[in-house]
Amino acid sequence: MLKQIEGSHAVAEAVGLCRPQVISAYPITPQTHIVEDLGTMVKAGKIENCEFLLVESEFGALSACIGSSAAGARSYTATASQGMLFMMEAVYNASGMSLPIVMTVGNRAIGAPINIWNDWGDSMSARDAGWIQLFVEDNQQAVDVHIQAFKLAEELCLPVMVCMDGFILTHSYSQVDMPEQGQVDQFLPPFEPRQVLDPAAPLSMGAMVGPEAFTEVRFLAHHKQREALDLIPRHAAEFQSIMGRDSGGLIKEFDCAGAETVIVTMGSVIGTMKEVLAGMREEGHSIGALTIRSFRPFPSEALIEALKDAKRIIVFEKCLAVGMGGIVSMNVRMALQDFPLHVHSVIGGLGGRPITRKNLRRLFEKGLNDQLQETHFHDIDMEIVNRELEREKEQRQSGSIAENILHDVGVVAAAKTI
Amino acid sequence: MTQLPESQQKVKFYQTGTLTVGNRLLDEEHRNVQATMDRSNSLDSGHRACQGCGEALGARFAIDAAIRATGNQLIAANATGCLEVFTTPYPETAWSIPWIHSLFGNAAAVASGIAAAMKAKGREEVRVIAQGGDGGTTDIGFGCLSGTFDRNDDVLYICYNNQAYMNTGVQRSSATPGAARTATTMPVGAEPGNAFNTGKSVPLIAMAHNIPYVATASVHDLHDLEMKVTKAMGVHGARYIEVFVPCPLGWGSKPGDTVKIARMAVESGMYPLFEAADGELTGVTKIRRRIPVDDYLKQQRRFAHVFKPNNAHQLEQLRAIAAHNIKRFDLLARDGEEL
Ligand SMILES: Cc1ncc(C[n+]2csc(CCOP(=O)(O)OP(=O)(O)O)c2C)c(N)n1
Ligand code: SF4
Ligand SMILES: [Mg+2]
Repeated sequence: MLKQIEGSHAVAEAVGLCRPQVISAYPITPQTHIVEDLGTMVKAGKIENCEFLLVESEFGALSACIGSSAAGARSYTATASQGMLFMMEAVYNASGMSLPIVMTVGNRAIGAPINIWNDWGDSMSARDAGWIQLFVEDNQQAVDVHIQAFKLAEELCLPVMVCMDGFILTHSYSQVDMPEQGQVDQFLPPFEPRQVLDPAAPLSMGAMVGPEAFTEVRFLAHHKQREALDLIPRHAAEFQSIMGRDSGGLIKEFDCAGAETVIVTMGSVIGTMKEVLAGMREEGHSIGALTIRSFRPFPSEALIEALKDAKRIIVFEKCLAVGMGGIVSMNVRMALQDFPLHVHSVIGGLGGRPITRKNLRRLFEKGLNDQLQETHFHDIDMEIVNRELEREKEQRQSGSIAENILHDVGVVAAAKTI
Repeated sequence: MTQLPESQQKVKFYQTGTLTVGNRLLDEEHRNVQATMDRSNSLDSGHRACQGCGEALGARFAIDAAIRATGNQLIAANATGCLEVFTTPYPETAWSIPWIHSLFGNAAAVASGIAAAMKAKGREEVRVIAQGGDGGTTDIGFGCLSGTFDRNDDVLYICYNNQAYMNTGVQRSSATPGAARTATTMPVGAEPGNAFNTGKSVPLIAMAHNIPYVATASVHDLHDLEMKVTKAMGVHGARYIEVFVPCPLGWGSKPGDTVKIARMAVESGMYPLFEAADGELTGVTKIRRRIPVDDYLKQQRRFAHVFKPNNAHQLEQLRAIAAHNIKRFDLLARDGEEL
């Protein structure tokens, strides 16, 4: 059914259609609307046989899901930013214990300085935690991928994060085709755990493992994630056969076949990029794009297949490994290491910095003219950076960087308008 | 108001001469759970606790009593700590119940999740216990524990209080008493051992959550422990039992003295035993024959330094704590009072 609906509300409805049995919730912007809506739905009896736990922290939220999932209940929670860090010990624990929890991440920057706006710092902090990480591009996908996430998690006994850009998706209204309950039931069978806490067949979960077996345990975790590389496209195809929509999958190409230059990115920014790239192609540039939808497991084979004939790859990512550079680009480079390709790394949109058609157009032109620095910071104001560096050189106690820069932003911006 | 089941303990034992308790003198129905032929052995032999471990003793009695009370419909979540490590070195397990260990600080939340799952599946006859050491309860797990209390989730949390982080080598926790030697509060300097006027009482904090049932117990009176666990399983909602469990390794006591030392802690006033319902104190275990605090302390090397002349003020402070407990909880039996 077509609905004009907020992203968070759409996700809440989609999760409700998946018949969750335990939902735990702790508020953090921009995830709040999702759990608020789910709480209302459970309370109003719209989701049957479901317990909604209002916990004392994100650590408690995921820990409760660990308990409920181990006891055989379909379990869901949502978080973002600081919340992801606060629950991190449980994040690793959930995957180590093979618990198929589904968690939405309303992607938001990590402080300090505290910042509520969108980037992928939170999901990236957990990229090696053993969870599957699926990134969505719009709210239709957010709905569809949540439904696929439960199936994937439960088939593999692995937890899945559905990563959606905070505010840009969570708080925006758009048209979404909401699946019917019958369609979801057809796609997603009831949860049948592989191991379950049950007095009828007692077992001990979470025992200690020493050096004699730890490597093998970790190898199997890796192996199991790689199995998702087959399963994700299969589920997407099955989903399409029922819903009639192409949603999910490992990667998505946008006029990428035959293009000399390919922009590689994830999440919602592809929406703006598509418009810019269409214009550039009309002008005769050979440029296309590709989104990575499954960041973990990383779809190396699919990327090779799609990118091997390109000349230049520009990875655009909303995250930074401080002291190293781009995180997604590191992964892309590793996948393409056997091909003589130039992979540029562009860091943009940090902490919600607007990514516009105009500044993207400038960026892509620089890319086509081989003018990108390694690592390139999109839309950065070097004047402000240099001012702060000067100040620090002059004075040991030069004050808080964030505060100084905010002050300068005012001064510099004022100077520019004169 | 919560209707607590009546105490099942019909006969109480008081030690006079030997340390053996006359369980065998009772009718079968009044004997403890461990004495019955159908005891469940939830925590089986062969685990790797130290000799004389109070925690192993307490856990076995508590869980077996809970199993009996629930008709074997029990799941347990365990915090990291000695109890977890000595029972489950992979691929072995000493547990005969469904049991999960997740993390050090989240046992209460994991248990809440299990209870929620059982409710959602319409299997509310399956009951849930969370258990952990004092560190996993009073310190790192405190936030989750308070959350479980706050929501009044149907979970019994049992804390085995051995007054320090034993599993990592005897470090101070917020349940460590004043003057006690631990690896992080060594008996050096002007105020040797753990500082006074620090720490907290989680049983009293639990009461402040107005949960249906709170109790303290000790491994010297296992009938009483079983009775309290049985009582706790007779009601729904969040419940808390703290069990006093001497640790020979951490306390520097003789493994064979665990039960004796636990008794002395209670009889000296150092560890008050009480019960509470809905935030109100409902009963205390009276001290039948009060013993000097010094006698209790002398059993343990962790307090050895308080008997040096320089540290006489510490001994005084410890005596004062016992006296305060006795007054606060009205622990002394009056003449002729039936106990
Ligand atoms: C987050 C975290 N911090 C620290 C530890 C290390 N640790 C494991 S067990 C333990 C001590 C447990 O003490 P307590 O809870 O009192 O139980 P006991 O061993 O004394 O029975 C500590 C500090 C850990 N496992 N996880
Ligand atoms: S260190 Fe103490 S608590 Fe741990 S097993 Fe030994 S006696 Fe028991
Ligand atoms: Mg301890």
